[in-house]
Amino acid sequence: MTTTMTFALKSPELTRRSMLAGIGGMTFFFAFGTDGARILPPADAATRPAPLSPWVRILPDGNITILTITEMGQGSGTSIPLMIAEEMDADWNKVTLDWAPSNPEVYGWPDRSGRRVMTVTGSRAVMMYWNDLRTAGAQVRKVLIGNAAEHWGVDAATLRTEPSAVVDPKSGKRLSYGEIAAFGQVPSPLPAVDKSELKARKDFRLIGRSVPRRDLPFKVNGSAQYSIDVKLPGMVYASALHAPVSGNAPEKWNDAAIKAMPGVLATVKLPHGVGIVAESFPQAMAARRALRVTWSRNKVDGFDSEKALDHYAAIHADTSASVKIVDAKGDIKAAFDGAAKVYKAEYRSDYTYHAQMEPLNAVARFNDAGDRLEVWDGSQDLGRSRDLVARTLGMKPEQVDVHQCYLGGGFGRRSLADYAAEAAVLAREVKRPVKLVWTREEDVAHGMFRPMTFQCLEAATDASGKVVGWRHCAIGDDGGLNLITGGMRISSYYGLPNQQLELRNVDEGVRIKHWRAVAHNFNLFAIETMVDAMAADQNLDPVEFRLQQMSITPKARRCAEAVAKMADWGAKRPDDRALGFAMSERSGSLGACVVEASIDRRAGTIRVHKVWVAADGGVIVQPEAAKANVESGIVYGLSSALHERLTVRDGAVEQSNFGDYSVMRMSDMPEVMQVSFLDSDGHPTGLGEISTPGMAPAIANAFHKLTGKRLYHMPFTPERVLAALKA
Amino acid sequence: MASFSVNGKPVSVDADPKTPLLWVIRDIVGLTGTKYGCGAGFCGACTVHIDGRAQRSCQVQVSAAEGAQVVTIEGLSPNSSHPLQKAWVTEEVPQCGYCQSGQIMKAAELLASNPKPTRQQIVTHMDGNICRCGTYNRIIAAIQRGSREG
Repeated sequence: MTTTMTFALKSPELTRRSMLAGIGGMTFFFAFGTDGARILPPADAATRPAPLSPWVRILPDGNITILTITEMGQGSGTSIPLMIAEEMDADWNKVTLDWAPSNPEVYGWPDRSGRRVMTVTGSRAVMMYWNDLRTAGAQVRKVLIGNAAEHWGVDAATLRTEPSAVVDPKSGKRLSYGEIAAFGQVPSPLPAVDKSELKARKDFRLIGRSVPRRDLPFKVNGSAQYSIDVKLPGMVYASALHAPVSGNAPEKWNDAAIKAMPGVLATVKLPHGVGIVAESFPQAMAARRALRVTWSRNKVDGFDSEKALDHYAAIHADTSASVKIVDAKGDIKAAFDGAAKVYKAEYRSDYTYHAQMEPLNAVARFNDAGDRLEVWDGSQDLGRSRDLVARTLGMKPEQVDVHQCYLGGGFGRRSLADYAAEAAVLAREVKRPVKLVWTREEDVAHGMFRPMTFQCLEAATDASGKVVGWRHCAIGDDGGLNLITGGMRISSYYGLPNQQLELRNVDEGVRIKHWRAVAHNFNLFAIETMVDAMAADQNLDPVEFRLQQMSITPKARRCAEAVAKMADWGAKRPDDRALGFAMSERSGSLGACVVEASIDRRAGTIRVHKVWVAADGGVIVQPEAAKANVESGIVYGLSSALHERLTVRDGAVEQSNFGDYSVMRMSDMPEVMQVSFLDSDGHPTGLGEISTPGMAPAIANAFHKLTGKRLYHMPFTPERVLAALKA
Repeated sequence: MASFSVNGKPVSVDADPKTPLLWVIRDIVGLTGTKYGCGAGFCGACTVHIDGRAQRSCQVQVSAAEGAQVVTIEGLSPNSSHPLQKAWVTEEVPQCGYCQSGQIMKAAELLASNPKPTRQQIVTHMDGNICRCGTYNRIIAAIQRGSREG
């Protein structure tokens, strides 16, 4: 049996099911109940309708395999098994990782409705698995100690563990986990573990120690396997052309001409596109280019995003427009009626595209009987991927196995596997394994975007200048998914007494989706720029203003003070540079950001030279990986603030590739990025998106300091910067 | 039929002469470390060395590789021992990792001709390679480390 250090199974032919049979050792199957994680004895696991893979397997040679969930560079692919290893006191050097199967009922965390999901979004994987997996790890340790105690005939309470060994301090005897695995029994029922039995933070050997990410070595030599790299015997290649206008369907196309092209095996009508299967991918791409399709029409035809965004202002002005109250507290009317001063500002933001480096793709294969389907997907949500594929094909979820692969970027796009469902449809059609790859142009044109928004903020201050009333109205396509309203709530950092948050929803029909930090990006741009404007009006330092006039929470205050210290906030900067400050909040974490920026007034370009971020994310499981993740969030936020703009004209996306959809490049980078985590014993919270939303407001605030002018429309393109300078 | 070498091994492929070298390397030769990112020469994920020069394999027709020596990420070193590969791990550069083969191949070209590049020379040389995870500063640090320790 393989005990190599490879993380992903390189050969898709080798299923982990085969690993279950006859290799000895101890296996721990976890099941998650309402009270958290439990490990199941193998006998119980065998009675389950579907065979389970063990979360933890200990072999007599001492090697340990622990499963993991999703790895897209955020690092939790290592953090998840590390949390188990910590509590079971495993020797990390003996631990091999493998992907968990697409079985959220077993491997998922409970969402708000109690349903188990394998969703890895919002940078929340560690946050969601923290309690369950540490408890499960502690149970494994307890079982190992119990077996050693029985073997030696001593009281289990007198024993302790060292990495991968149980030791008896009295006799000096020692049994390695491998030795125990050779004779040990997993009892039924398993021993319960109380929260008090979990390790104290000071006793951690792995958590908080910057254990290197396990995927790194495979990402410098080309061996990491992404779904686009999967190759199966007899596999053919596919591409697809989707309707340029979201929601349209193919009516007819030049089918005979396409089928006559070299290598083309089939054309397949998809709900919103035409799939082409060919012997090679270049042949499929050539046929895609040659497709001439007549599309149906729908309300998105003729849609113009620039005009629509202008219209959002009219929707805001329309007193009869339907309003959804997102949140309200206190007496907003009294606060504004009795205000000493009222501030008001309007903000806009454009559509953005995920631009993950690996274009969307999946591989699908049916068995000969056609009643079992395997899919290879780099997924942020393996269970949802399975369910969508099954539903699309009219199959039951248990007939579908989705094999996890590395993700060439996710950023929210890869939690919805519409591409995988298409691959499965094509595989069924041609009765051969199919690899479907969307071209980059397809990935852009048929993308799912962060929605554009218009926002109006109003604030009321009392005679002392303290903010007492806060009204935030956002307009855009919320999609029923909080794509607009996420990030409107400020109470975790500003405890203002009277608040009203409103949504005026506009259903545009354009495909929209979560996008790293989602609505926090444009909401925090508006919120934190508005706060800065009030500080300027009161001639108060922006950090001081927040500490004095915004009812700041203690946790937020700590972040603000920490970043001010890091950036040496009060120190003089070179003449052409200024600092901008912004608070940030996301996925339970709080942060504070400072940027140092300058402007090329002739070109209208903004350059960010330095960035500082202080964040409170609770206990940090892997500090170095978390730091890298926050750095990544900074760059994503800078890209969103300065470059990224997707427009729709005549119903179709105007951009097509990296040539006309600009993202941050090396020459755009700040020379300095400093990230610091506040020391905390708190439950871990999401960190990969905490820095992203802080960049736009911090830049806009630095811009004001340099020019006395405000930026109200994200991204800050040269055209907009020049217009602001002239204003 | 086009004949050339990949990582020192001769290959002959029977493909349409216009086929981009990228797909020949990935789907016929079977080396998948070289990635498809944009197919249009914008991102650099498909960067390989052709006769020692870093080129975008999505923009090179297989017929143009006739007789050439092609080196991919898999052939940069036998066991990830190239100074840049070691530096990439030490500096914990990769995140999603998808662009990193191209980044490393592009950087290896730089160090081959300029063993001690300045920061600005690194940025100028690498600016065509996109990393959506934004690992650029770690890439710079890794190239500087590779330069020092190489």
